[in-house]
Amino acid sequence: MNATSAPNLDDLLITAQADIAAAADPRAIEALRVDLLGKKGRVTDLLKSLGAMPHEQRKAFGEQVNKVKEQLSAQLEARARAIADAELERRLASETIDVTLPGRGAPAGTLHPVSRTIRRIEQIFNSMGFESVQGPEIEDDWHNFQALNIPESHPARAMQDTFYALNGARLLRTHTSPVQVRTMLDRKPPIRIICPGRVYRVDFDRTHSPMFHQVEGLYVAENVGLADLKHDLTTFLRLFFERDVEALFRPSYFPFVEPGADVHIRWGDPEKGTRWLEVLGCGVIHPNVLAAVGIDPERYTGYAFGMGVERLTMLRYGVDDLRLFFNNDLRFLEQFK
Amino acid sequence: MKLSENWLREWVNPPATATELAHKLNMAGLEAEAEPMLAVLPKGIVVGKILSTTPHPQADRLRVCGVDAGTGELLQIVCGAANARPGILVPAALPGAVLPNGTQISKAALRGVESSGMLCSASELGLVEKSDGLLELDQSAKPGTPIEQHLGLVDHTIVLELTPNRGDCLSIAGLARETAALYGIQVHAPRIKPAVVEPETRISVIVDDISGCPHYVGRVVEGLNVAARTPDWMSERLRRSGIRTIHPVVDITNYVLLELGQPMHGFDAALLKGAIRVRRARTGEQLKLLNEQTVTLDPRDLLITDDTGPLVLAGIMGGEASGCSSTTTSVFLEAACFEPVSIATSGRRHKLLSDSRYRFERGVDPALQRQALERATALVQDICGGKAGPIVEVGTAPAHVANIALRHSQVNRLLGCEIPAARIVPLLHSLGMAVSPTGASSWKVKVPPHRYDLRIEADLVEEIGRLHGYDHIAPRAYAAELAPFSASETTRQLDRVKDALIARGYQEVVTYSFVDPKIQVQLDPETPGVLLDNPIAETMAVMRTTIWSGLIPTWQYNRQRQQKRARLFEAGAVYALEGDTNREQAKLAGLIAGPALPEQWGAAARPVDFFDAKADLEALFGGALRYEASQHPALHPGRTARIVRDGVAVGWLGALHPKLADALDIPDALYLFELDWTAVRDITLPAPGGVSEFPSSRRDLAFVVDESVTADAVAEVIRDAAGPLLKCLQTFDVYRGTGLPAGRKSIAFGLIFQDYSRTLNVEEVDAAAHSVAASVHARLGGLVRD
Repeated sequence: MNATSAPNLDDLLITAQADIAAAADPRAIEALRVDLLGKKGRVTDLLKSLGAMPHEQRKAFGEQVNKVKEQLSAQLEARARAIADAELERRLASETIDVTLPGRGAPAGTLHPVSRTIRRIEQIFNSMGFESVQGPEIEDDWHNFQALNIPESHPARAMQDTFYALNGARLLRTHTSPVQVRTMLDRKPPIRIICPGRVYRVDFDRTHSPMFHQVEGLYVAENVGLADLKHDLTTFLRLFFERDVEALFRPSYFPFVEPGADVHIRWGDPEKGTRWLEVLGCGVIHPNVLAAVGIDPERYTGYAFGMGVERLTMLRYGVDDLRLFFNNDLRFLEQFK
Repeated sequence: MKLSENWLREWVNPPATATELAHKLNMAGLEAEAEPMLAVLPKGIVVGKILSTTPHPQADRLRVCGVDAGTGELLQIVCGAANARPGILVPAALPGAVLPNGTQISKAALRGVESSGMLCSASELGLVEKSDGLLELDQSAKPGTPIEQHLGLVDHTIVLELTPNRGDCLSIAGLARETAALYGIQVHAPRIKPAVVEPETRISVIVDDISGCPHYVGRVVEGLNVAARTPDWMSERLRRSGIRTIHPVVDITNYVLLELGQPMHGFDAALLKGAIRVRRARTGEQLKLLNEQTVTLDPRDLLITDDTGPLVLAGIMGGEASGCSSTTTSVFLEAACFEPVSIATSGRRHKLLSDSRYRFERGVDPALQRQALERATALVQDICGGKAGPIVEVGTAPAHVANIALRHSQVNRLLGCEIPAARIVPLLHSLGMAVSPTGASSWKVKVPPHRYDLRIEADLVEEIGRLHGYDHIAPRAYAAELAPFSASETTRQLDRVKDALIARGYQEVVTYSFVDPKIQVQLDPETPGVLLDNPIAETMAVMRTTIWSGLIPTWQYNRQRQQKRARLFEAGAVYALEGDTNREQAKLAGLIAGPALPEQWGAAARPVDFFDAKADLEALFGGALRYEASQHPALHPGRTARIVRDGVAVGWLGALHPKLADALDIPDALYLFELDWTAVRDITLPAPGGVSEFPSSRRDLAFVVDESVTADAVAEVIRDAAGPLLKCLQTFDVYRGTGLPAGRKSIAFGLIFQDYSRTLNVEEVDAAAHSVAASVHARLGGLVRD
């Protein structure tokens, strides 16, 4: 017994280690574990046999068997882990995808450039305390002309030929100023609003569209003057173009303001030569306009301004053909990502 | 309007270049630009006099001219111009000369005959684009004088684009006045002496419409020299203002218009029958105008007539028959003041543009007519000779008289800056205003008659502002009280909805509000549209009643440009006719067409369908909207939903009707939606309950029902019968075909039950499912499919 037990243990260890190394899947590992270390396993059997041993051998042999048991247990575990790792490796390899393939589904669309510009203009003026207000596009003569100090046959009416409907009883607004009129009729000063929207004029060529967009603004309070207008519009231009814009306020004429001005900005590459471009019309509200909407011109003053959305869009994004905005060619619109 | 700088400088000579002057005018509100009159001046061209012409021995069309060019010898110059003849003076380019277009002139033989230079036309001098024959110069021109000196070619053109209120600046006189004010210098106007009246020849004038023509002066000048020609200095000034030389009298009236701003007219007095009468036109009267256009008139038009009928469309354009010609020996000169509104209305209606209309509709200085008549008389006598008759005058010049009260405080208030009184008064003086103090800081300001645009205090404030310089008004930073505002949370923001649509692949478009009536009547035959009185084109003649009228053509446009797929939306107004008025409504509309997805590797291609569009609307508007099978003239009868919110119809969703798709040549699947924006805009604040900590139980039930039974109807019965424990209901399958009778379908629902306070037991869940099955059977005839 004494002479044979140690070699038996070594044989067992060597065979078992070879078996473990040869095990190819978790089931084989499990079978080996049961065969070696299970309740009726060969190593367990050896431990059970300790009881029958002489006391002096028991301790030494017991230590040997336990050592083998620990060794095998660790090796089984290591092998199981290796098999699992290999298995995972295989799975991962088989699950590899080409991440450069395009994603499934459809791309997002874009906002129309005109809406995009209106939105930026609104955000800037909203942050300055101006509220956006809407109004009807089919208007009457009083709101579009008379209340704005543009009487019948005023030369200013020749400047903006008008679309009429219902045998002249209605017209398509030629500017968004009637919204200002309606707002002034509805509210009491201080009033600070902007009116974005569609406007219409009988004009159709390369640089004119019968429909286009304006944003007009209005500020009525107790002491509003040209100096306030200059400040607020230069602030707007700086924020809109995201740089310091050199702006020129030139006296001009609009029947609904007095004094009136148009605003030009210096445009172009300084290296290649710049020019002045008109971008806005504005002025101090004419007392006749305030009186027409029931605001006391002696108590209140105000300023008003108007800008063409398409023009600002063309400048901002370098678009040179007005018609592109209304052709709605998807190949054009999609570029406004 | 274009004016010669040299001409202006005869009146007022500011210490500034033409470019500096233009900038100064700009900053004072007169849009102006200065351009060199000639980009390149001719070199080596002098006045030459043709002394003799002989035929060219080798060429029929050429002549050999003997020319005195002030060189002391007779030059031989070959010339092909038809008007080359002895006695005329013309520009002669001598050897060594360079024409403005760069041509070098040298001695050369023309078909065997030596030519010492070239005789020039106006176009060869660069004065006009095209011209016929040699430019004939004044008889008084001195041979040898450099042509740039004789014609005063070193000049700038001042191009003015004036706002309609500044009619007073539409002349040399007006611009000179303004320039003098801007530089604080004096105007030197040529003196106008009243003519000596010799014969008693007069034509009487009757003004029927004194409000249309408050002032009329006229006179006869007779005994004109028919051979007279317009002098070079005058035709050059006219040319620089873009006016052709026609006839000395016509040229003189045009000259006075440019010089003083008073439009005039010259009649051939021999052609007038009876008295001149200024009256309203009779309906149907006709007049053939100078531009050969015949206009049909009505009482809105003001006419100058005689016994034969209409002569002139007053203040706008002369008639063809009564004007001056090469045989005119007696002229009747007219200077009148016409009421602007009448001229504007009439001119606009007949679409007639003229220098006269341009000035009258902006207003002509009422004090100007006599002065202009005397000026024209003097010029006629200078150029054509003749004797002047007495002035016939009707009406009075209704001079603009305005005494405006001006407060210093109001100047500062409207401009937003402090302008000292010591600056205000001189500025007003420079504009010819009389200023008298009425208090410590207020004045009475008397406006000169030519500034009829100045009527109220604010007008004066603008004058002060623009002369002071808007540049010198410092921007004033926001001093107003903060007035914060915020959009209501219970109102959907259109921008947010737009962004959501864009994220779902939609492209925003902006289409015209006026559309093709032919398309619209097919899409929306029941809503009457607002027709434009004056549409720009037949295809843009009616205001849209549905945004689809713009979306569908937009898709057609893109399809024709090889686009396969579209998801478009537009937010905007639609306009309906309602009785004798109109109604405007905000809408949100969309169109999807073509494949559901762009071509790609990872998803099977399929055309869009109803449920793609519906999914988008559900994502945007959640469960608030219901979809009911319905009929719409533009939509497929089996694929149309009326969209309903709280029992109110708020929109449509459906497939374009195949008949329409055929008519519009759209072969691909196309679905449309349109919502009444104001009806879907309001939302309620979220009011969430708790969430249950107890597990839910699910029962799946498939019901076989008739085709006519909708999923919504089954779901409603299920909800009814299941009671409050049903937390969620999912429709997870729809099946037709094998195993089911024809005309029947199976709809499978997942019912999820849950309670907040406890775990449900199997029995009560089974009981609920049971009761659901019984109810569906009883109410809809639906059987549970095993």
